[in-house]
Amino acid sequence: MIPAAFDYTVAESAEHAVQLLGEYGDEAKLLAGGHSLIPMMKYRLATPTQLVDVGRLSDLSYINQENGHVAIGAMTRHRDLETSAVLAEACPMLAHVASLVGGPAVRHRGTLGGTMAHADSASDLPAAVLALGGTIVAQGPNGRREIAATDFFTSYFESALAADEMIVEIKVPANTGGWNYQKFNRRAQDWAIVGVAVADGGNGVALVNMGSTPLRASETEAALASGASAADAAAMAANGTTPPEDLNADGAYRTHLAQVLTRRALEAAAG
Amino acid sequence: MTAVMGTKMLRKEDPALLVGENKFIDDIHAPGELWMGMIRSTMAHAKINSIDTSEAEAMPGVVAVYTGEQLAEMGLWLAPLPCAWPVTEDIVNPPHNPVAVGEAKHVGDIVAVVLCNDRYGAADAAEKVVVDYDPLPAVGSLEAAVANTAMAHSDLETNKAFHWPLVPDPEGTEKAFAEAAHTVKAKFIQQRMIPSPMEPRGCMAIPSPAGGDITFYSATQVPHILKVMIAATTGIPESKIRVIAPSVGGGFGGKLNVDPDAILSVTLANHLGVPVRWTETRTEAAGSSHQGRGQIQHMEVAADENGKISSVRVHIDADMGAYMMLITPGVPLLGSFLYTGVYDIPNLAFTCDGHFTNLTPTDAYRGAGRPEASYAIERIMDMLAAEVGITPEEIRARNYINGGEAFENHEAASTLVFDSGHYRPAHDRALEMVKIDELRAEQARRRDAGEAKQLGIGMCSYVEICGLAPSRALGGLNYGAGGWEHATVRMLPTGKIEVVSGSTPHGQGHETAWSMIIADKMGVDPNDVEVLHSDTAKSPLGLDTYGSRSLAVGGVAIAMAADKVIEKAKLIAAHQFEAAPEDVQFEAGAFSVAGTPSKSVHIQELGFAAFAAHDLPDGMEPNLQEQVSFDPPNFAFPFGTHACVVEIDTETGGVELIDYVAVDDCGHQVNPMIVEGQLHGGIVQGVAQALFEEAVYDEDGNINNPSFMDYLVPSAMEVPSMQLDYTVTPSTSNPLGVKGAGEAGTIGSAAAVMNAVCDALSPYGVKDMDMPATPKRIWEAIHSNANNSNGGAA
Repeated sequence: MIPAAFDYTVAESAEHAVQLLGEYGDEAKLLAGGHSLIPMMKYRLATPTQLVDVGRLSDLSYINQENGHVAIGAMTRHRDLETSAVLAEACPMLAHVASLVGGPAVRHRGTLGGTMAHADSASDLPAAVLALGGTIVAQGPNGRREIAATDFFTSYFESALAADEMIVEIKVPANTGGWNYQKFNRRAQDWAIVGVAVADGGNGVALVNMGSTPLRASETEAALASGASAADAAAMAANGTTPPEDLNADGAYRTHLAQVLTRRALEAAAG
Repeated sequence: MTAVMGTKMLRKEDPALLVGENKFIDDIHAPGELWMGMIRSTMAHAKINSIDTSEAEAMPGVVAVYTGEQLAEMGLWLAPLPCAWPVTEDIVNPPHNPVAVGEAKHVGDIVAVVLCNDRYGAADAAEKVVVDYDPLPAVGSLEAAVANTAMAHSDLETNKAFHWPLVPDPEGTEKAFAEAAHTVKAKFIQQRMIPSPMEPRGCMAIPSPAGGDITFYSATQVPHILKVMIAATTGIPESKIRVIAPSVGGGFGGKLNVDPDAILSVTLANHLGVPVRWTETRTEAAGSSHQGRGQIQHMEVAADENGKISSVRVHIDADMGAYMMLITPGVPLLGSFLYTGVYDIPNLAFTCDGHFTNLTPTDAYRGAGRPEASYAIERIMDMLAAEVGITPEEIRARNYINGGEAFENHEAASTLVFDSGHYRPAHDRALEMVKIDELRAEQARRRDAGEAKQLGIGMCSYVEICGLAPSRALGGLNYGAGGWEHATVRMLPTGKIEVVSGSTPHGQGHETAWSMIIADKMGVDPNDVEVLHSDTAKSPLGLDTYGSRSLAVGGVAIAMAADKVIEKAKLIAAHQFEAAPEDVQFEAGAFSVAGTPSKSVHIQELGFAAFAAHDLPDGMEPNLQEQVSFDPPNFAFPFGTHACVVEIDTETGGVELIDYVAVDDCGHQVNPMIVEGQLHGGIVQGVAQALFEEAVYDEDGNINNPSFMDYLVPSAMEVPSMQLDYTVTPSTSNPLGVKGAGEAGTIGSAAAVMNAVCDALSPYGVKDMDMPATPKRIWEAIHSNANNSNGGAA
């Protein structure tokens, strides 16, 4: 619980942060809310020698509705998602999922950009963005590019972001179609043992903690598209996944939970 | 002045705590302090071939790096770490060096120590120490220790440390089981628990610039015991050691030990002439602070056709861990007397074997032996009820001591005498509060409808032993100290009252409770009372805080000392009134002469008279100061009935505690708000054992969950708003009629919750389940009914 030594720089803008990432290379990590990075540093699971603090970039904290989607600045705190009037109207699912992340202290610090970049398959919001068919806007030395959420998560804590790129915005479609989020855990503040996000009346179904990344339950989505019942489609939720094993659950139990929670989420979304 | 005792007076401690004025160990610094960084074994059992400290020594700020071998050669201590409770004459107690020499015996065993002028530097340098180990076969579980295939200590031929029997009437036991209409047998596992106080452990030793005195700050529950033990272990005279417990953020037993860090900081500070300190990290705590529970209980009851129990036969295998700590072997014995619970059971046969493993040492944890006992008898009561075909409440009603009616001085089969009890009112009230009939109807409806969410209702009627303890009784158990408590009460010249407490708070609220006792005894404002504690220079005599003893022993000592002050003050008043002492009355703080209302003086006014000593009765010593060492004639036996309701999601295995009722009896209450707080926390700690917490080790002795990410301490979100009520049956063990409330919640709650879980799962043929009842275990039990020690569908 005592981190290794590191230097700390406050970024003055996204461009400045990207420039610093270019200078320091692999040694640098961006610090946003810090609720994932700092514990990893305290356990010495992460030992960056240079922290670039982007958490103070207030111009990256916004929630705007525009042209059929909602654009959310990367430094928008979970608490702001949870209480956003724009999201309540245009994408209530994202606000609801944000309200279930950790506890109030975490939600007041954690940022949407931070949780997306951390790319933890057990986190709630990445799966929600994935189910919604969102887009990640990354800034690099050569400007901005857009990455579909479906292409963004690549492996355990890894994403399509280059070492010198920073997430500046997340876009989700304005969508109030049938939605639900099921989160199964032992304590309120914990990560999901398994979670299921259903968006757009079942057109997007994403799984939490069922593999190395947040996953789309593609067989379930396909079955629903061909008219299968919620129960039948949910039975396929874990197909093709390799769920992790830990003290809370093994693969068989996670598979079962994914099926039950998907059925419940689909039924509630339809309800 | 109206009575203060019995009111929910706000705690005097809280304003300073709430604004952050209190100093905890980590807030206290001394110029020139060095931080210890511990190099801890990463293997459960290994030969230490070599330790390379060269790179660490070259790190910035590092003053020294010592290996266990070097420290042994330096001769800084006289004896290994102490075990004060060698329960049998032939107990095996291998030496426990503060730093391992030759062999490491558990993950977390210290093998070397770095001293650095900065905490972060100490952690960095500790990482640079290279230890070359040869792994040895490790005893990674209690089961493996009992099997004796590998040895936790290479130089021993068995893992068994002792055998302790309490079998007052072996023929009676045989006869009872031979003649029984019903017998029930079960194996219960008490998983290892990590006591997780809000503040971790830490200490700092500060040497005097001259004279060889040492001031030792420690986040401890037991400054007085620590002082004696540091003196005995290091050879530093007691007169040169001052132990101060600053504000201490909880302990739950986890801070009543003499740990390696204490001996290291004191001796290294002494050796180097500079302050030496340490604060544990949470991850470190899994290997550096003792754990609780760790038992396998083989429990049997014999009963007649109506379920009236004639005998309890129990054998316990207890996990000592790698070493004996201060009272490690005695913990299971504290439970031995309680395996007959609240019941009139004429025969008890208890045996306990202690075993070494290559795991973190065990020792006292909230309830220490008693929650385990209460769990075993209260779980098996439900099993017996099912066997006889009656309800859990009926099996209890048929077995309560004295038919559930009030009693005093009941001699149990263990030969212990219960001070007082009246079990049926708490039982009836708990069932009424939980609305047992409505619940059973709703449970039946859900079962008939095949709903996914099923209800389970559980109860537990417990009795515990607290107020540790009559010194003679402890002597009979081979405990290495007495159980008295010391108190001094002083009337100061200004009329303020100073109380010196031997029992030492670590969050309980002693300052408030002691002020309330004095306020009522002496008729003064509780805010005129100052309580000194937790510093052996201010309070030289004491035996500290554990075993729910503070009020029933220490609080009583304070009341008795106050009585002596009043007695002396009365003589001064009589002298002033020129009246005979027997004509002087004392009421609401004022002395007066019957029938002469003009002659009246408040006790606080006599403080100056006693101090100035201008006009005291002939031969009277100046000052109003009295002290008492109270050694109770008997333990106190709080009791109560808890009932709770769980809702189990049979599709996911999820379990939610949806109602919790506790009706407790701790005798007279000084401050019901403090009692309520103790019960809330205690209950949740038992709920934690039932549903959440377990130190999980792999077979090689590595801990799998040494952080709060994986070791699941429940929060307020996981428990319902509890419904509490009380009955009051005064103790006969002390003049205040008080019992204790610190551990009662924990002793009653784990069994209540597990009885509810098993009740919910009974339609699935589940008879028992190991703790913690995790969703995975519940789901597997529903689907395979295999994941419990007693297996088997009905």
